Amino acid sequence: MPAAAATLERPRVTPPSDDKRWRIVEATMRRHGYQPHALIETLHTVQETFGYIDEDAMRFVAQALRVPLSQVYGVVTFYHFFTLKPQGEHICVVCLGTACYIKGAPQILEAIERTYGIKPGETTKDGKLSLLAARCLGACGLAPVAVFDGQVVGKLTPEDALKQIRRWEEDDGR
Amino acid sequence: MTVDELQQLALKEQEAKQRYRCRINVCVATGCIMCGSERVKEAIEEAVKARGLEKEVLVQGVGCLGLCSAGPMIYVEPDGIIYHKVTPEDAPAIVQGLVSTPVERLICPPDLPFFKRQMKIVMENSGTIDPERIEDYIAVGGYQALIKALTEMSPSEVIEEVTKSGLRGRGGAGYPTGLKWSTVAKANGARKFVICNADEGDPGAYMDRTILESDPHRVLEGMAIAAYAVGAQQGFIYVRAEYPLAIKRLRTAIRQAERLNLLGNNILGTTFSFSVELRIGAGAFVCGEETALMASIEGKRGTPRPRPPYPAEYGLWGYPTLINNVETFANIPPIIRNGGEWFAKIGTERSKGTKVFALAGRVVNTGLIEVPMGITLREIVFDIGGGIPEGKRFKAVQTGGPSGGCIPEQFLDLPVDYESLTKVGSIMGSGGMIVMDETSCMVDVAKFFVEFCMSESCGKCVPCRVGTAHLYELLRRITAGEGTMRDLELLEELCDLVKSASLCGLGQTAPNPVLSTLRYFRHEYEAHILDKTCPAGVCAIRRAEEVPA
Repeated sequence: MPAAAATLERPRVTPPSDDKRWRIVEATMRRHGYQPHALIETLHTVQETFGYIDEDAMRFVAQALRVPLSQVYGVVTFYHFFTLKPQGEHICVVCLGTACYIKGAPQILEAIERTYGIKPGETTKDGKLSLLAARCLGACGLAPVAVFDGQVVGKLTPEDALKQIRRWEEDDGR
Repeated sequence: MTVDELQQLALKEQEAKQRYRCRINVCVATGCIMCGSERVKEAIEEAVKARGLEKEVLVQGVGCLGLCSAGPMIYVEPDGIIYHKVTPEDAPAIVQGLVSTPVERLICPPDLPFFKRQMKIVMENSGTIDPERIEDYIAVGGYQALIKALTEMSPSEVIEEVTKSGLRGRGGAGYPTGLKWSTVAKANGARKFVICNADEGDPGAYMDRTILESDPHRVLEGMAIAAYAVGAQQGFIYVRAEYPLAIKRLRTAIRQAERLNLLGNNILGTTFSFSVELRIGAGAFVCGEETALMASIEGKRGTPRPRPPYPAEYGLWGYPTLINNVETFANIPPIIRNGGEWFAKIGTERSKGTKVFALAGRVVNTGLIEVPMGITLREIVFDIGGGIPEGKRFKAVQTGGPSGGCIPEQFLDLPVDYESLTKVGSIMGSGGMIVMDETSCMVDVAKFFVEFCMSESCGKCVPCRVGTAHLYELLRRITAGEGTMRDLELLEELCDLVKSASLCGLGQTAPNPVLSTLRYFRHEYEAHILDKTCPAGVCAIRRAEEVPA
């Protein structure tokens, strides 16, 4: 790592709001000594804590790490993992790796697209469901695979996938 | 902790393990967890408790047992019984089976070629030790190679041993590891870094994820030995964010190793210091390329830069840097323990040792396998993989992900090594192996990979950014039944251009899937163009009269 810059005397950059969650973000930056190379790690923390990265967050991180705002924006938009918009209440990630593709992942994706009128990367208007496509989840032995709110399901069919999403709707309806 | 204390810890652990009459090892790698292995483990623990056998039977979570398609898997030691497709309801029967006869209906025949034809070096502890306990790794001889290197060998002797082993980079390109190490060792720099590339982005490959989930300490040990050999004090592991379990187990492993002074300052009382930090990727395939990966560690956009200068001379923050893949580091401890000559006896003339492959697609046994180099593709697909399901016909096997190619039936008896695969237009790659049968359209497969490279292109150089987009458009036209024979020529021309003019490996290898399918499955392209039909019935071809002029 480059020689540690003098981090002690810098004025404290105040977070965009008094939301307590900013303390978690600040802790990550402090752990890395407010070094510019902590940018991606910090953005991970922002996304984990807030669910997405908005302009206020980018400005704050840019100032605190002394990185140009353009670079922060560049990094956020370069990596697929970071998102500028809030995600839906429920997230469905369909794996489009080679093994899943061969075993029918496109049909699963199409079924969801048709039923809910959203494409990968989009969220339904009511903010209930986000559809995402993954490059490879590394569960090729059980292809095709999708993740429903963090739970990975293998050997999936289009019907199973729709059933899973309908179950969310029913649970929320109650 | 000193060397003696570590040896005592190993003995103590071995004794503790031997106190149990038997061990029930439940696979808790991602594949089996998806099939519910955590609940199975809980149920077995309860069943053991219900019978009051806690002192005799040890129930532990272990790494991958390989046959992912038949999860959750259980391995009972010392009987050597493998159970598959276990449900929590089977738990009492399995525990009963320890005192009477094993549960017949769940047994996975141990003489299955899937298990018998494999040879385990990298995965030797996978399925027998708990990946979340450093003591388990130490008990089976873990960190002995590091001790040997630090106390009995000079850095140049370590490099000598690795060179002798003939180990080549397992990330795909196959660069001799010993040579890379000696270049970094010779390079001048105020500091040096060791990076472990765990950004396993190839779709269809999950060897590195499984190694990290099953035996993380092996990778840390390999990195520490490498750092000692090249003179580095700081290491980074760059892992994909898509692998949360691997990240969690690595964090645990690093913490445990630090606690026992196997990482940190003055390791085991010697003058050698080495610490490891984790860096989490953020979903960019191109970051598997070494210069892009370093940019990402520096907190920047992951775009590659021209080489030379190579990272060995000008790497992370401009310092000499050693970058190796997970599997390469995982091979180091056994090489140091058993000597380079032992390793060099395995495999073929120019490709030594074993290779871990992720076998997936249209094949009966999907999962993770480790085989000696030089084994034929036929043995992998038909013996270990059990052939094609539903009586379908084999068409091709795809190796090397988006940088590789499709190998047709006539080369099934080809020995698997770096040179042979390159000769037929594919590459060894990181180890993804996707089997395709007659239901796969090869033009569609080529389109799939080109689409992948198009959207993963970082956009820095024109041949890759624009070239892959045009390759995709040509393939889209052909699969939509709008292609002409002139398009085939254009396709070949463009492939040549993208291959020769792109900046990094992503662009240079992006045309490989197209070129290899054009070479072996040209008739499928022609059927799409001339007959407007898709032989496999995958592509939705519009009828000729609907095609706009």
